[in-house]
Amino acid sequence: MDKKTQLSLFQKMYLIRSMEEKIVELYPEQEMRCPVHLCIGQEAVAAGVCENLTKEDYVFSNHRSHAHYLAKGGDPKGLLAELYGKVTGCSRGRGGSMHLIDLSVNFIGATPILGGTIPMAVGAALSSKMQGKGNISVVFFGDAAVEEGIFHESLNYASLRKLPVLFICENNLYSVQTPLSKRQPNRKISSVAIGHSIKSYREDGNNVVKVYDLAKKSINKIRKAHEPIFLEFLTYRWREHCGPYYDYNLGYRSKEEIEKWEKQCPLKKYKRNLLSKNIVTSKEIEQISHNISIEIEEAVDFAKKSSFPPRNELEKFVYSE
Amino acid sequence: MAKKRELKYTEAIKEATDLCLKEYPTSFIIGPGVPDPKGTFGTTLKLVDKYGQDRVLDMPLSENGITGICIGAALTGMRPILVHQRIDFTLLALDEIVNNAAKWHYMFGGISSIPMVVRTIIGRGWGQGSQHSQNLQALYTHIPGLKVIMPSTPYDAKGLFISSVVDNNPIIFIDHRWLYNITGYVPEGTYQVPIGKAKIIRKGSDITIASTSYMTLESIKASKIIEKEGVDPELIDIRTLKPLDSDTIIKSVRKTGRFMVLDSGWKSGGFASEVITKVVENTFTNLKTSPQRICLPDIPTPTTRGLTRYYYPNTKDIVQTVLKMLEWKSNDIKSVISKSMKREKNIPWDIPDLTFTGPF
Ligand SMILES: Cc1ncc(C[n+]2csc(CCOP(=O)(O)OP(=O)(O)O)c2C)c(N)n1
Ligand SMILES: [Mg+2]
Repeated sequence: MDKKTQLSLFQKMYLIRSMEEKIVELYPEQEMRCPVHLCIGQEAVAAGVCENLTKEDYVFSNHRSHAHYLAKGGDPKGLLAELYGKVTGCSRGRGGSMHLIDLSVNFIGATPILGGTIPMAVGAALSSKMQGKGNISVVFFGDAAVEEGIFHESLNYASLRKLPVLFICENNLYSVQTPLSKRQPNRKISSVAIGHSIKSYREDGNNVVKVYDLAKKSINKIRKAHEPIFLEFLTYRWREHCGPYYDYNLGYRSKEEIEKWEKQCPLKKYKRNLLSKNIVTSKEIEQISHNISIEIEEAVDFAKKSSFPPRNELEKFVYSE
Repeated sequence: MAKKRELKYTEAIKEATDLCLKEYPTSFIIGPGVPDPKGTFGTTLKLVDKYGQDRVLDMPLSENGITGICIGAALTGMRPILVHQRIDFTLLALDEIVNNAAKWHYMFGGISSIPMVVRTIIGRGWGQGSQHSQNLQALYTHIPGLKVIMPSTPYDAKGLFISSVVDNNPIIFIDHRWLYNITGYVPEGTYQVPIGKAKIIRKGSDITIASTSYMTLESIKASKIIEKEGVDPELIDIRTLKPLDSDTIIKSVRKTGRFMVLDSGWKSGGFASEVITKVVENTFTNLKTSPQRICLPDIPTPTTRGLTRYYYPNTKDIVQTVLKMLEWKSNDIKSVISKSMKREKNIPWDIPDLTFTGPF
């Protein structure tokens, strides 16, 4: 991996983490009035996968989508303004955190109904094939989406038609407060895709280099061989399912479990790695952090200063002109 | 006299579920998060400790499949209660609900039936947006074979829930999330509130206002304002949307000659349209003015509170419409509004009460 890529991976993860931490800080002000599903602890998957994508490649996502949006290059201002419900938000305030979009980087859409965007990614791959575009389509979803019928229907079709789709399952071991063991038999999620005759791999989702390498191999294969691939990344959500706080007080998982995973912090691990191998200097890291914090402050300022959509536009966008 | 016991709506639902699990050994409750530490906003909290994991079940996120699985269980001796945290998620189960559950008894000549409750919740506020705050009751009231229930008080919630579990048909039992913190009198022990019966909650002579679920709270608020102005409304809480108790409504409109219906759903093709049609079909010559409906505009729910402010109809809209129907002059209407709405101004409109600090 060249230095530029290494720095870019760090930058992406740092941006995502800082954005989420900023939301944690500001959410209690009660001005961001929409449900937020934070991805702190899961940054490496989005960063490692999206680092391998071109602007032309499509990305779809779910309710926990901030990382995917930012890693694909989505505008931080558009994200924050959307969370504040402002007309300058990426969905013009109509969507909130659960409905992100940025077509300028082909982030086609994120929606919170589980599994809803999985077939859309397959459809985008079909469309790309029909139009001879040569780009690929990627969809991020959680371990619970695998339980929906639509997941299997989508994999079956992608496999049947040999469509250029990359399925990314972020297995963080929980759906809301319910552990995986209460929802699925004891088998690897990645093995399910094999049943649909799709090549499938499982990897540590908190190691950005491993994510990057596996995604690179897979994406090259999809581009060359025109077939779907399925990747399962093991990772962990640190905060509550929805909202800015920790939730070990609920008792469905222990503080020790969270702390164990916090030790596997994808960002810290990678930073340590970069510094110890003298790939970057702490000065360079500082510079990146500094730039990102400025970018985020500007986005906060932009979001807060923007206005709500005007009353007379309530009906706007029900139909396309 | 002893003070009447008050419960929150959520507690009433939980108590009803508890009693059903106790009294009907074939009943069980299943849904994503039902046994988890938040217990479906408190409505299923700790039931698992009492009845165990075989009767209080979590489930995979497989709405359509689990609905079919519950139908299969219902066909062979069980009484499933299937819970979805939002009505939007029931859309994934429409095939099993509409094609199978609703039709089974009829299309097999009454030979077998499906005693099953699908309990679900309508979301509102705190930017839940287009996919987490739909009011889809009309979709279900359209389907023959389903019974659709939407209580507005803790008392009715408990009694109607028990009636639903006892009933031998598929029931769509819909809570509105903004009812969850309200309190009211709830007797101990088992009792039933009859399905298919509306309730007159205030007798009056000037206008009939019928409403569903949360909108009943709005109608009571509006009623308190117009009472002071000498208007005497009759308020009806519909409670069961299907089968609809049109007799109670029609009788009332024959008396008052004016009719208004409040529903939390969309206007076009909505539940309110059905109620108005029934009224017009039966009371045409009694009507002194054209019936009115207060519903959501035909627009998906915006997330931003900049727009939800104008999206949800409120007490003010009801007061205005009633006074207009009574042919008040617009200046007089304005002065009533400005007089009575002062207090409301500073309350945020996207939360049910001030204790709520988000997210849902
Ligand atoms: C069809 C449907 N059912 C239920 C929900 C409620 N819900 C929202 S997020 C979520 C958890 C999903 O878990 P997972 O897919 O593992 O993603 P994670 O939240 O862990 O990132 C659930 C159950 C939903 N959004 N859509
Ligand atoms: Mg998960």
